[in-house]
Amino acid sequence: MQLHYLTAHQLHDMLVSKKISAEEITRSVFDRIEQVEEKIRAYVTLTKEQAVSCARLVDKARMEGEALPPLAGIPVAVKDNMCTKGVRTTCASKILYNYIPPYNATVMEHLNEARAVMVGKTNMDEFAMGSSCENSALFTTCNPWDTNRVPGGSSGGSAAAVAAGEAILALGSDTGGSIRQPASFCGVVGMKPTYGAVSRYGLVAYASSLDQIGPFARDVTDCALLLNVICGHDPLDSTSAPYDVPDYTSFLTGDIKGVKIGVPREYMGEGIDPAVREVIKKAIDIFTGLGAVLEETTLPHTEYALPAYYLIAPAEASSNLARYDGVRYGYRAEDAGDLVDMFVKTRSEGFGPEVKRRIMLGTYALSAGYYDAYYNKALKVRTLIKADFDRAFEQFDLLLGPTAPVTAFKRGEKVNDPLQMYMVDICTLAVNLAGIPAISIPAGMVDNLPVGLQLMGRPFGEGDILRAAYAFEQNTDHHRKLPE
Amino acid sequence: MVSIKDVEHVAVLARLSFTDEEKQVYAKQLSDILEHARKLQDLNTDNIPPTAHVLPLQNVFREDRVGEHMLVDKVLANAPDRQDNFFKVPKIV
Repeated sequence: MQLHYLTAHQLHDMLVSKKISAEEITRSVFDRIEQVEEKIRAYVTLTKEQAVSCARLVDKARMEGEALPPLAGIPVAVKDNMCTKGVRTTCASKILYNYIPPYNATVMEHLNEARAVMVGKTNMDEFAMGSSCENSALFTTCNPWDTNRVPGGSSGGSAAAVAAGEAILALGSDTGGSIRQPASFCGVVGMKPTYGAVSRYGLVAYASSLDQIGPFARDVTDCALLLNVICGHDPLDSTSAPYDVPDYTSFLTGDIKGVKIGVPREYMGEGIDPAVREVIKKAIDIFTGLGAVLEETTLPHTEYALPAYYLIAPAEASSNLARYDGVRYGYRAEDAGDLVDMFVKTRSEGFGPEVKRRIMLGTYALSAGYYDAYYNKALKVRTLIKADFDRAFEQFDLLLGPTAPVTAFKRGEKVNDPLQMYMVDICTLAVNLAGIPAISIPAGMVDNLPVGLQLMGRPFGEGDILRAAYAFEQNTDHHRKLPE
Repeated sequence: MVSIKDVEHVAVLARLSFTDEEKQVYAKQLSDILEHARKLQDLNTDNIPPTAHVLPLQNVFREDRVGEHMLVDKVLANAPDRQDNFFKVPKIV
């Protein structure tokens, strides 16, 4: 039986009814990895031995009559920017290539408590900077639907792993769309939770006021189950929000009658591939047919999200990445003369071109004489972008649009033109600037490539988003399509 | 317009070094990106407060208690160079 393409909730049912063991599930996923990983290249590090012994412990617990939590024995892939105790965490960078964290990120502690099984660490754009996975200093991951195309970025390894059956679930991080955009390109479910909903402790920081860890899954139910595990306040993270985490599966009723959904015209106009727009229009008809009330609305400052993001995120990155100096961990350049020379050589040899570009951009935007014109201006525009959403959510329960303006593009197509590459994130960036939650779900295909539908909600309105996403999923079969 | 001189100045601040060819590439690319960012100047933001962060943040403190902490060897395990219980770096003075 091909266990690797089942969902976590299906596998859980089979596990508790003793039709299969956790070890069988884990081995099935590793068999699949052996079969396709050479083509896909989703993983930086595989942790098979650890995974099998973890699965055996789940089987032992089941034998002893313990009740298994929903994700017990479920294989999960983890983006390689989350610290995993004793397991190499590279951020797909030469500068962290040999780093073995002495501690776990809080999300890893949650996964362990849930008795999930970590399959390995997935490839990404270096330090989560990119929209195609081509900025990894290690290798490029391929899109399972067409291996000549990118899986999206920066969590491309995690999205590709789930789409190709190399993991049942995965964790990614989303700073400007890095979960939703690869989810869209790879035809899986990906969610960026509200800023502060998931602890960032142990997540290697890119842009601290925007980064958020979130789930990848094959369907909305699995997304809710993983969200249940990772959400919650963490005293180790000063940006973690104290709030009561509901059971997200309780929102999966299938009923969205009377739910008010706004369709911002800025997300459906110029810059969006007409074929992608058609898919989203069909999705709108489905929501209407289910009794939701859809109306056009406006987020007037949308066009300013891209420039604001590409000043704010690099500014925070330039500050966060100052810690890589070759002193305490990571790569150190050889034959450096004095200390400053060692810093400069280490950083120049250790960081890749995109990371350096963003450090330079951020340092420039924060430097004397430019701070007000660029960085402070961008923060003020961020206020306007957030106010757009606040106003929209006074009238609507959710907002809807495409996740990305295009389907997965070919490898090498945009890599030499940073501005073109940044444009791919135009539908996702504003969500991070405003700190609200959003999901990408499979909504259809264009030329045999998946198209993602994005649903955005009020802060901590993950439940409302899941409710609508689930209703859509129950009435379509896009999420059941698999790459060959 | 970002000049080669600007790139050199910012590189010093960022503790990075570039070849002449890289300097040219970065000057061009940063100019393009900043040119795009000039769009923000179209908006009047005189009375708009900046949003650095969407959540009201507060410091997180722990109690000052004697307890178990990470062992020195663990802390130093990832160090590129060490001597006894210290991180070793090139001579400073």
